[in-house]
Amino acid sequence: MNARALVGLVVLIAIVAAVILNQLRDDGEGVRIGFVTTLTGGSAAIGQDMRDAFELALDHMGRTMAGRKVTVLYEDDAQNPDIGLQKTERLVQRDGVQFVTGYIWSNVLLASYRAGIAGGAIVISANAGPSELAGAQCTPNFFSTSWQNDQTPMAMAEVLNKRNLSNVYVLAPNYAAGRNMVAGFKRSFRGTIVAEEYTQWPDHLDFAAELAKIRAANPSAVWFFFPGNYGTQFFKQYAQAGLLAQIPLYSTFSIDTLNLPQIGEMVVGSQLTQHWGADLDVPANRRFVDDFRKKHGRTPSFYAAQAYDSAVLIKSAVEATRGNLQDRDALRTALERANFESVRGAFRFGRNHFPVQSFYVWEVVRGADGAYALKLGDRVFTDHADPYAGDCRMAAAP
Amino acid sequence: MTLFLEQVLNGLQFGVLLFLLSAGLTLVFGIMGLVNLAHGSLYMLGAYFAVTFVAWTESFLLGSIAALLSTVIVGILLERSVVRGLYDRPHLEQVLGTFGLILFFNELARLAFGPAGLSLSPPPWLAGQINVLGIPYPSYRLVVLVAGILAAAAMYVMIARTRAGMLLRAAAANRGMAEALGVNVRLLFLAVFALGAALSGLAGILAAPLLTVRVGMGEEVLLLAFVVVVIGGIGSIRGAFVAAVLIGLIDTVGRAYLPGLLRAAFAGPVADAVGPALASMLIYVALAVVLVLRPRGLFPTAARTDVAA
Repeated sequence: MNARALVGLVVLIAIVAAVILNQLRDDGEGVRIGFVTTLTGGSAAIGQDMRDAFELALDHMGRTMAGRKVTVLYEDDAQNPDIGLQKTERLVQRDGVQFVTGYIWSNVLLASYRAGIAGGAIVISANAGPSELAGAQCTPNFFSTSWQNDQTPMAMAEVLNKRNLSNVYVLAPNYAAGRNMVAGFKRSFRGTIVAEEYTQWPDHLDFAAELAKIRAANPSAVWFFFPGNYGTQFFKQYAQAGLLAQIPLYSTFSIDTLNLPQIGEMVVGSQLTQHWGADLDVPANRRFVDDFRKKHGRTPSFYAAQAYDSAVLIKSAVEATRGNLQDRDALRTALERANFESVRGAFRFGRNHFPVQSFYVWEVVRGADGAYALKLGDRVFTDHADPYAGDCRMAAAP
Repeated sequence: MTLFLEQVLNGLQFGVLLFLLSAGLTLVFGIMGLVNLAHGSLYMLGAYFAVTFVAWTESFLLGSIAALLSTVIVGILLERSVVRGLYDRPHLEQVLGTFGLILFFNELARLAFGPAGLSLSPPPWLAGQINVLGIPYPSYRLVVLVAGILAAAAMYVMIARTRAGMLLRAAAANRGMAEALGVNVRLLFLAVFALGAALSGLAGILAAPLLTVRVGMGEEVLLLAFVVVVIGGIGSIRGAFVAAVLIGLIDTVGRAYLPGLLRAAFAGPVADAVGPALASMLIYVALAVVLVLRPRGLFPTAARTDVAA
């Protein structure tokens, strides 16, 4: 056999193999899930936490759902809406996933969800909760295992109301989630908002200009939303400006188990609101938190908890339909029942497919081992539905 | 009035930090004709080294010095191993090569330090505030301002008054002629790259207590540094200084006052939506204006031989 024939043979085998592999995939043998999150850059720790939790959920279910093997494709959105859209398109078009989940950032989700749904998948946000998707643009094949952006700051505003704080200075990044958070805070807050400041997103370097304005305004408190490392940066600079002792600081989604080791000292005693915490006493949560700590040596963040829930939610639907992944309508009906053990305890989906759930206060405490942790306090809202659900006219599924 | 003064101080402090970053970039670009996208990585490394060494030595000063030296060593190794091979390549290949370095350093930092950001506190003796003209200004920010100005002054003296500076100016003005006159260009290039690494590393070290030290922090400032280099005139240290302070002031003062001004001029929601966006665009507006009025920057260098090479 000469070299040419050999090359030809190899090419032929490769083509046949590719066709067979493709065939196997199209048979819909396995459950295919795309997971779009941020795995590079300054917010990579959040994406990594979500990925670790999703993997743990798969471990817990033996990497199968209704006897079908589960394949997860993790994609990095680099915290960029354009890249998020590209990755979502690729997941549904090339990789043929039946579910796309993940999504930390509201602007990335808003850019991406249509492509996911149009490509035949069901999109499940494991963090971002933009008002558009909860209200006027609600859509049958979108679900959330987190919250609508307004809800957590609404609960936080109640905490400030209890303390009778009158003049509050408000800061948030200038993007979809930042505007929702401020809207939510303002909806519940009964005092006066001194100023409403929006900062450049996502590459805001320095808060010096904003801090000087806060000092000059001299409010009775500051409330802000800067997620992840941005929150860390804000706390640090606020402390360096000497404001920590002068003007009390309140925040939403800016203190989490990922940045607590760095800012614990500055925020010990602070209160925050959340729908979930590691010490929430629910059987599914104890298993999740214990096994996560065992596997990774750290406490999972709320991002991780939501990612874990999204895996278990998908499993509940795949099992309810006995693994018939071709029937998207049946899958959706099964998802709507939220028939699974959430790590936050029982909840149901509202008409807009966002959770109707409770919100609690957590306080930053220093544990006996010297490490900082979040300690569960009172319940603020019970069975709380987001304020946009009324605007949702769920169309029939396409 | 005191608020305005404080914002000007903030702008100056941001400006000198930008200058430290762009000085190295403009030298490397101006003298070697190298587009070094990896310059931001040295800034990131400086910050990571600072966190590590300050923790080891338990002294902010010692740790910072160790971090500075380490960044310079990385810079020298980088020049000798990779960057040297890029000098004679077209700009596109340089961009590709140094972009590869960004990916390499980001992944290296992620492996070595983890994806979560690290935090460095300023030393206790700098954690408070100092009264500057009636404003309680963070002492650490004041130190950054002073350190930046000192570094700029040292650069000026070195370039204008020393023999090394003379060679540097000669090479910047006409590389071929300097080479013909017997200047050891290889060594000069190495020195320039190391100097750039030192300045970039210093910027990273100084910024570490203000920011979160994290993967990708280099790219965030790299764009601003390029804006400074272009406004200042490629290769001009003086231009970089003026442009950096200008950008620092425009950015800070713009962010502080533009949304308020817009709110006074337009109805609430419009101003709320446009204000922050416009404030963050200001520096690029400044860049566009400078490019229209002075296409070669504020302080164009005397003679360029091979800009297009």
